[in-house]
Amino acid sequence: MPVPCKAGCGKNAMLKRPKTGDTLCKECFFEAFETEIHFTIIKAELFNRGDSVAIAASGGKDSTVLAHVLKTLNQRYDYGLNLMLLSIDEGITGYRDDSLETVKQNRDDYEMNLKILSYKDLYGWTMDEIVAQIGRKNNCTFCGVFRRQALDRGAAMLNVKCIATGHNADDIAETGSEGTIPRVKPLKYTYEKEIVMYAHYKKLVYFSTECVFAPNAYRGHARALLKDLEKIRPTCIMDIIYSGETMAVKEEVSLPTQRICTRCKFVSSQEVCKACVLLEGLNKGLPKLGIGKSSKAKKMLEEYNANQNNMKTVISNINDDCKKNNCVSRGKVCRSNRNTTNYVEKEKNEDKCCSSTQEKTKDSVATSSSKINTLLQDYGISENGCVDDKITLNGESSENHNFEVDLHNEDTSLIEENDACVGACGKMDSLQIGF
Amino acid sequence: MENSLNIHIHFGGGAELLFDKIKKHVVELPAARKYFPDTDIEKWRIKELLQWIKDNLLKERPELFLQGDSVRPGILVLINDADWELFGELEYELQNNDEITFISTLHGG
Repeated sequence: MPVPCKAGCGKNAMLKRPKTGDTLCKECFFEAFETEIHFTIIKAELFNRGDSVAIAASGGKDSTVLAHVLKTLNQRYDYGLNLMLLSIDEGITGYRDDSLETVKQNRDDYEMNLKILSYKDLYGWTMDEIVAQIGRKNNCTFCGVFRRQALDRGAAMLNVKCIATGHNADDIAETGSEGTIPRVKPLKYTYEKEIVMYAHYKKLVYFSTECVFAPNAYRGHARALLKDLEKIRPTCIMDIIYSGETMAVKEEVSLPTQRICTRCKFVSSQEVCKACVLLEGLNKGLPKLGIGKSSKAKKMLEEYNANQNNMKTVISNINDDCKKNNCVSRGKVCRSNRNTTNYVEKEKNEDKCCSSTQEKTKDSVATSSSKINTLLQDYGISENGCVDDKITLNGESSENHNFEVDLHNEDTSLIEENDACVGACGKMDSLQIGF
Repeated sequence: MENSLNIHIHFGGGAELLFDKIKKHVVELPAARKYFPDTDIEKWRIKELLQWIKDNLLKERPELFLQGDSVRPGILVLINDADWELFGELEYELQNNDEITFISTLHGG
């Protein structure tokens, strides 16, 4: 038996609103839905007239609905906002590449500019590559930290006042996170069910594949619990948000203050921001560095540095032996300087964790131990090992006739090699973050 | 066919991933008495349809679609494009040519 629309428009109701229990027809639901978001915006003064606002767009249901509603309201109520879309490409094959197509569709449908920033460009690593290092256990930590900062960086590039995110009431009841550049959440009092119904009735195209690296793990337990609670008592979502918003913090409790990360010079709540710590871990081959307690991280770093120092000692010992011309290689007396050279070079390469092609080149290029000593000093002392290495090798190859023919190719391949190497050899200056 | 029903079943919002990524299915339900021979069930309601879907359409991870004798909370059910909460949810009696839509809200946004 049809239920009439509670607004009294004479039409049949199409859905029951979880927040109020009202039964409404499509048109009255659209109006209620949009008007509530308008009130959220007006009441909390989320925007000022003339603001540029970046909508964080993932192609998912929330950001798609947000973009649609903001465009609608901006026109209907004349907010005077300059809206644009900002997307982050985490580099997840089979997930983000597809969802970005949806965002591009949004860009065309809503006639907004779109800026896409990739983890690869910002951090030198795609999520595919990070997962190859860290496995599937803590990968979401990297993704979450990087995304939050990437959005801030994108917002800075676009020169916007704030970032509008599609977090809905259910999301906020589940988590409740904040960023550094002002975030606004126009959908924060909007139920997930209504967002999905709105998208369905408006025939909005959105992307709904789960992330390939987090199947079902999307805040799994909290989410399932909340959905179970919502089934029994729909207002519980609002109750949780209310308790979060009215939570009082005692005056003596010190809250994190906003400062500048000493490494990347971007806003941070710590001396070194979480993104830089995670990145250092990745680049030093210690991917778990930024995960868990900071005391643990400190210990890991100390061990890493101790290992590095050990390696230097070993290399310099071998060098000393070499000078005395009685070096030992694999338990036997080394027969020539040449062999010693190779041995030392290999030690070094392990230290630098570079690839085999580069190793080969160096084996052939490095011919005298004095030159190796120079190289070694570069490695031992300077943190810019890769760059120094390149310069020295180039210099040497031009002296060496064997290599003149292939000089150009050699250089190119070396440079490529070095580019590939910086990802894994611990160079913080390899972060090509230009702002 | 006596008492058989033609039903359109749609999956969306990611729910289709559990059904071979096929969004639209047209199915013919046999008489309820035949499908549930050892019970006194005579009519197809949403409750029975869910059982049938579990037996015939659901390809993987049934716990992501069903919970107890209902859908997992967070999956919306529409009967002829209207919220099933308006029609008695599991108790709604299916009519010939009904369109039943399942939309997951559980995927990231």
